[in-house]
Amino acid sequence: METGTTEADIISTVEFNHTGELLATGDKGGRVVIFQREQESKNQVHRRGEYNVYSTFQSHEPEFDYLKSLEIEEKINKIRWLPQQNAAYFLLSTNDKTVKLWKVSERDKRPEGYNLKDEEGRLRDPATITTLRVPVLRPMDLMVEATPRRVFANAHTYHINSISVNSDYETYMSADDLRINLWNFEITNQSFNIVDIKPANMEELTEVITAAEFHPHHCNTFVYSSSKGTIRLCDMRASALCDRHTKFFEEPEDPSNRSFFSEIISSISDVKFSHSGRYIMTRDYLTVKVWDLNMENRPIETYQVHDYLRSKLCSLYENDCIFDKFECVWNGSDSVIMTGSYNNFFRMFDRNTKRDVTLEASRENSKPRAILKPRKVCVGGKRRKDEISVDSLDFSKKILHTAWHPSENIIAVAATNNLYIFQDKVN
Amino acid sequence: MFARGLKRKCAEDEEAAPAYSLQRQSLLDMSLVKLQLCHMLVEPNLCRSVLIANTVRQIQEEMTQDGSWCVPVPQTAGRASRDRLVSTEILCRSAREGARPAPDPGDPASELQVVPAAQAPGVPPGGVWDGDGPRENRASFHKSLDQIFETLESQSPGAVEELFSDVDGSYYDLDAVLTGMVGGAKSGQDGLEAFASTAAPPPSAGCKSDLGELDHVVEILVET
Repeated sequence: METGTTEADIISTVEFNHTGELLATGDKGGRVVIFQREQESKNQVHRRGEYNVYSTFQSHEPEFDYLKSLEIEEKINKIRWLPQQNAAYFLLSTNDKTVKLWKVSERDKRPEGYNLKDEEGRLRDPATITTLRVPVLRPMDLMVEATPRRVFANAHTYHINSISVNSDYETYMSADDLRINLWNFEITNQSFNIVDIKPANMEELTEVITAAEFHPHHCNTFVYSSSKGTIRLCDMRASALCDRHTKFFEEPEDPSNRSFFSEIISSISDVKFSHSGRYIMTRDYLTVKVWDLNMENRPIETYQVHDYLRSKLCSLYENDCIFDKFECVWNGSDSVIMTGSYNNFFRMFDRNTKRDVTLEASRENSKPRAILKPRKVCVGGKRRKDEISVDSLDFSKKILHTAWHPSENIIAVAATNNLYIFQDKVN
Repeated sequence: MFARGLKRKCAEDEEAAPAYSLQRQSLLDMSLVKLQLCHMLVEPNLCRSVLIANTVRQIQEEMTQDGSWCVPVPQTAGRASRDRLVSTEILCRSAREGARPAPDPGDPASELQVVPAAQAPGVPPGGVWDGDGPRENRASFHKSLDQIFETLESQSPGAVEELFSDVDGSYYDLDAVLTGMVGGAKSGQDGLEAFASTAAPPPSAGCKSDLGELDHVVEILVET
């Protein structure tokens, strides 16, 4: 493992594909690294399939917008996989402005015996060719190639924060701070604007879109969250421009908790449908909430991620940590939810037992096969031996991105430039 | 990372204004500095800017209700701004709790001004929060906040909104071209042709592009 941290290596997104066989990460340097789970062999039953690097490619390069004199970062904001329909794998990756569809395919044969060129590819002098032969395919070392199949550009004035593949597998949406566009995978020079919250007068802007996602089964339904802590569910059948929501989810403010930071900490950084499609989960600065689609006036569950930070909000505002955007994920059965915190801690909440656990992703704790020890933050009073006090937390070590295998208890946790993969222990 | 809050001395020269007002003023100052920095960055994070601007608006509204729309005279302010911020449990508590001060007897119509204690040499922005004494802090504030206060001098509710008016600038027209319609071709160069009808501002002096690329761009604009 490398010792220094270059900023380009900071992982900015993590995503399993639909089978869990592949795990993709994107980083600040615009690279995508795909890991593949090795096949479990019958001989080593106790050795679970491990993830090894399968493919690495440069997805986005830094660009320069000459008109605005702005640099466009190559950082990969999101990766979303398409369901597999043939031997090749397809994924969408996006930076602030451009979405790309990548095809990742294997090649294990190559043609040999060309007539017009030699084995090194150099053209042969036609005068020297006296016989004709048919090229044949011969085996070669496995090569994994990634090729950009589509580039969806020039459709976003603001920064793209989300992409989501529709359940029809023909369309997807991309959302920026003020607009959401609908794309057809086959068409790159046109997109349909389905949400636009830009005010006529930018001076009246008080709210932005923070995340968006399609319903997992209903291809006409999607949700988007806002910086004011609200979620809107929209039905594309209602009208072409979904400016009027079908449902509006907002929890009334608790007046006893109101402060100047209330709005900032209510801003939703991530929204995810449950696999069942019955619930949505939202993450704001201090909590994770689960909402029932049938109840708009309040969430059905609220989980405190790190409530001990509530009294430190001013300092966190000063050092900008209060603007950190944490993601949240469901497990395959929607019974457990997970999200990250500071000090390389991440939290899991079991919705059924109401138990929660804090774990740490760090080198010291992560020898292979070591079992993670639950961690605890001491909030005041006497600190026990294993506890860590709030003031000792390292706020530069934040876990913003995590992923959960679609069907097994395997999780991927991105801690700055390191990727940790944890599995349930085998008994 | 969290510096311990210094114990407040019960000094005789402690100013009369309660701690809450000072805290709130510090928060406002800090927010304005953050917004200003946002403004100077070429492509600000819009979500962050909106949230900070909303916070500023909230503080200003409360200050207007209080009638405390003026900065306390600094000569007795013996604290570094940073200290005020560090021990800010008060601000994190509900704004309606008992810590609310009585309205300051100030001129409600007075403009928001920075009264610099001394014209100390400018301190780089990064050093603002590391200043030793109030004078250095005030002076370094002076430079950046003055620029912001020029915008806010009118003290109108719409003052904060003006900060956003620059964000999109001349690109309202570009929006129509870029979104919701048949966009330009994939490459940035082709996309530029679509902008030909819009007045393209000349690249700023701070533009970091290669001169070669710049020539190429100008070529395209001129040709169309």
